[in-house]
Amino acid sequence: MKWFAQMYSRFAARSRIKSPWLLHFDCGSCNGCDIELLACLTPVYDVERFGIINVGNPMHADILIVTGTVNPRNAKVLQNLYDQMPEPRIVVAVGSCGLSGGIFRDAYNVLGGVDRVIPVDVYVPGCPAKPEAIIDGVVRALEKKKARVPTESGGAKA
Amino acid sequence: MKSTVIPIGPQHPVLPEPVHLKLTVVDEVITDVVPSLGFVHRGLEMLVDSRDYHQVVQIVERVCGICSMMHAMCYCQGIEEMMGIEAPPRAKYLRVIWSELHRMHSHLLWLGLFADSFGFESLFMQFWRIREKVLDIHEATTGNRVIVSVNKIGGVGKDLDDDQIEWILSELKNIKREVRRLGPTLLDDYTVKKRTVGRGVLTSQQAIDLGTVGPTLRASGVARDMRQLGYAALGELDFEPVIEEAGDSWARCKVRFKEVLASIDMIRQAAGKIPAGDIAVRVKGAPPEGEAISRVEQPRGEVFYYIKSKGQKKLERLRIRTPTFANLPALLSILPGLYLSDVPVVVLSIDPCISCTER
Amino acid sequence: MKAQSLFVNMDQLLGEAAKLQVEGYRYVALTAVEIDGQTVELIYHFDLNLGMRHLRLSVQKGTRVPSITPVYLAAFLAENEIQDLFGVVFSGLAVDFKGTLYTENEMRGRVPFCRYTVVGSEKGEAAGQGDNSREDSSGEAS
Ligand code: SF4
Repeated sequence: MKWFAQMYSRFAARSRIKSPWLLHFDCGSCNGCDIELLACLTPVYDVERFGIINVGNPMHADILIVTGTVNPRNAKVLQNLYDQMPEPRIVVAVGSCGLSGGIFRDAYNVLGGVDRVIPVDVYVPGCPAKPEAIIDGVVRALEKKKARVPTESGGAKA
Repeated sequence: MKSTVIPIGPQHPVLPEPVHLKLTVVDEVITDVVPSLGFVHRGLEMLVDSRDYHQVVQIVERVCGICSMMHAMCYCQGIEEMMGIEAPPRAKYLRVIWSELHRMHSHLLWLGLFADSFGFESLFMQFWRIREKVLDIHEATTGNRVIVSVNKIGGVGKDLDDDQIEWILSELKNIKREVRRLGPTLLDDYTVKKRTVGRGVLTSQQAIDLGTVGPTLRASGVARDMRQLGYAALGELDFEPVIEEAGDSWARCKVRFKEVLASIDMIRQAAGKIPAGDIAVRVKGAPPEGEAISRVEQPRGEVFYYIKSKGQKKLERLRIRTPTFANLPALLSILPGLYLSDVPVVVLSIDPCISCTER
Repeated sequence: MKAQSLFVNMDQLLGEAAKLQVEGYRYVALTAVEIDGQTVELIYHFDLNLGMRHLRLSVQKGTRVPSITPVYLAAFLAENEIQDLFGVVFSGLAVDFKGTLYTENEMRGRVPFCRYTVVGSEKGEAAGQGDNSREDSSGEAS
């Protein structure tokens, strides 16, 4: 049965790179970046045709996209979501807010960018980030992911 | 029967934004709702301490990315009133054009999300496809898709030339045709009615008592629209608030659908009447000591700004009461008694914008 | 704006609000403004047919303010917000979040929207002047 396990894990690994599922979490964003992210999934940009879909369950997701600043309350939720995602997980921070706190960095209930809580792999700047930029960010995330997905058996626990 | 507590959120597929609802249900019927907020609270009213009153325009634009232009307009109008300056007529008309475009994009977005809430995914995609056209207009005229940043104190920062206005009008014609075409799919559909008619009914008396605003109020038969105040150039245009009597989710959906068409009409009128001239006046000094209140009709309803100045460049206090903040109590009072499966539809029917609510 | 304002004290507040409600006024908003180290002004805004009326109440920090939620239920969110951000305590709130509407335990005891009182010892005193209910209630909640 070893050959089967190997084949299966190789298959799973490849499909996770080809059509990653996204989990979107809105920390303290102003919605500007959120709707641009949603716009990526709808006609005109339409990444769904590549099988990239937005899911609500962190256990199904390959890429976590975070928009907005972190505050003490949502930091816990963010950490929780991140912990629930299967390895190898990739985090994309979208918008100036997610990068550094952006325009809100001085506000009292803002801790700063997403990387204060979880490690971030790809940063997408812009306020709001354009859909083109977000898609580009996801594509780069996939390159990073490719490097991390173990292709031989035993590694990928899909 | 024993009651169960079902938590929804902060991360949940039907909620575009993080909000947590603790629903107490007996069998399938909701008996109590307790929301918990604070996931997107930033405290940006307090940023007036570190920025001067011109820079605050950029901050209030980011209270909410969907109605950013109207937040800025409301704030600028408040400051202008305080300082006793008046924006030039052309600027006022331009504000109307952009603000109505904003309303269209927000309502189309909502119509899509609403369709998604009862699982009509293809309709969701159709509305968002139309919405992209509005965003194209934004991008072509201002350089950005959502946060257009056209307002400044004393007027607007961008002008439209005649070609652009003509192009906008021709685009609007297409948009109107396409929205009209989707009308029957949304409004005459048996399943859509089945999910929305009679769900989450708010009578007109309740709506007033609970302080609701915007389409939620108008769907209950109250003709209250802040555009009746005639801010910007709205005093010179024909305008009738759209109202519906039923007060249920279906009525709220119809109000928003009709408002998209009404907005197209307003832009047409404004484009026909727009005078030539300056687009901004020079603003010097600081707002004098005093207070001002400014109200503007946003896609979700009336937004309320309270501005207090002590005569310095930095404002003393800025208070923003956003439409969802006013509609939330109504939502909490209509949910009890409904089935659990109605929650997404009814929650979305007030068009919640959480980042507005918490600022 | 001053012209449409009515200055009330704590005993009159509910009565005046009830009068406005009978006249058909819709509750619009509740604003808190810090005047100086000791006082916070609460402004209740109401609307009828596009005309606005305001009730102004000035409160000493640390005293309890009667909530207007028995008259205008919709005010509960704003009152909870002010409880969080200004440290004014409302009694008789319909839904009381006990200072946890916006801020997390890390922020407990701080009153972020007050600039005249400094974070730390002074603030503790200011909140503790009238009664200690804020500290007590937040203890229960956390
Ligand atoms: S980066 Fe800009 S548009 Fe995006 S969430 Fe932050 S403020 Fe809003």
